[in-house]
Amino acid sequence: MIPTKFEYAKPSSLDEAFALLAEHGPDAKLLAGGHSLIPMMKLRLAEPEMLIDLAGIPGLTGITVRDGRVSIGAMTKHATLAASEELRQHAPVLFEAANALGDPQVRNRGTIGGALANGDPGCDYAAVMLALDATFTVAGKGGTREEAASSFMVGMFETTLSPEEVLVGVSFAAAPASAYVKYAHPASGYPLVGAAVVLSMNGDAISEARVGVTGVGDHAFRAGSVEKALAGVRPSDRTALEGACAGSAAGVDVRSEPAAGAGYRSAMCDVYVSRAVLAATRG
Amino acid sequence: MPVDVGPRAGPHPVPVTLTINGMRHDLTIEPRVTLLDALREYANLPGTKKGCDQGTCGACTVLVNGRRIDSCLTLAIMHTGARITTIEGLADGDRLHPMQAAFLEHDGFQCGYCTPGQILSAVALLAEKRPLDDASIREFMSGNICRCGAYKNIVDAVAAAGKQNV
Repeated sequence: MIPTKFEYAKPSSLDEAFALLAEHGPDAKLLAGGHSLIPMMKLRLAEPEMLIDLAGIPGLTGITVRDGRVSIGAMTKHATLAASEELRQHAPVLFEAANALGDPQVRNRGTIGGALANGDPGCDYAAVMLALDATFTVAGKGGTREEAASSFMVGMFETTLSPEEVLVGVSFAAAPASAYVKYAHPASGYPLVGAAVVLSMNGDAISEARVGVTGVGDHAFRAGSVEKALAGVRPSDRTALEGACAGSAAGVDVRSEPAAGAGYRSAMCDVYVSRAVLAATRG
Repeated sequence: MPVDVGPRAGPHPVPVTLTINGMRHDLTIEPRVTLLDALREYANLPGTKKGCDQGTCGACTVLVNGRRIDSCLTLAIMHTGARITTIEGLADGDRLHPMQAAFLEHDGFQCGYCTPGQILSAVALLAEKRPLDDASIREFMSGNICRCGAYKNIVDAVAAAGKQNV
């Protein structure tokens, strides 16, 4: 349980980080909160020769709400999100995910950018970012690019982030009618199913829904058929709601493990998506 | 005082200065040394316990700038300049910290291995001003596992210490 030897650097600007990344190529790893990377290094699943600590770079933390848009720095800790009144008001879906993630010690070190860049199939935020239709800001030597959350996530521990880039932040339109509900593995706390829902309401009926699901497939996905079926549904009509949420994992290669086989997980996916819709309507 | 580790350090042992329980410790360690191993193996402070060593059990919980973290999941070199508090730093001479006294009073342990982490986590729980009903205490102590199963008494100890306004 001791990592292989590495050199440690703590750059004070993104440019310094890019220079280190260029010098070391695939032998370098970026360190945010370290709560996925350090355990992987201890197991020697990751053996970087150069570890680049992003904690010394200013401007990568904080929550900003401006003109109905929420922006969050990649190095913002889970605990900061979990304690944010602004987030509770403007994006309860993310506030709830931050509070449901890990445990108090983990939330005090882990970061939103680190969690998303890691591409873990059980990342709570991945579903949330899809439901929020978030935009990721990625910085590289040649400048900054923006990418939709939906195209950023490619597969299990796989994103479109290149080894020479840094995820610097995420942003999304405020979504006051939103919720995240998860069925947590009783020991690990990771989601067996995590459902994130963002709604637009027309009176007491849903006019538009976005549904993100994590923990079920090899990466988070939008439940497109459920989104379509939810349009026009009154969530108070339980039969209509459950009907619209049926088949939420259709077409997905559902993960199977002793705690939850594929069939059970698919069934629970429908249940948790409908619960998240109900939670999002409580306002 | 923050110590400049330089723009790059290692992989060989490098000087790392930590402030632990108000005392300056000048260590010479490789960057790969976790904060937990630095405390136990290099700073001669074995009160912080190594349980799972992968961030699950909470036995290694310490306070860094007043916030509870798992010391096994972080590198010592990341915490130069921070205020680190371990179980050795809670008592005032022979006078126990009220949370330590509450764990004794309520028998909040059996084998005692998880206890330093439990106590530091509980101190942070009160500092975070969490609600003190049993369900909230259990939720906000969920980062600390007790394999003996002394949870009932741990909850009682935290609640009692909380009521004393620790």
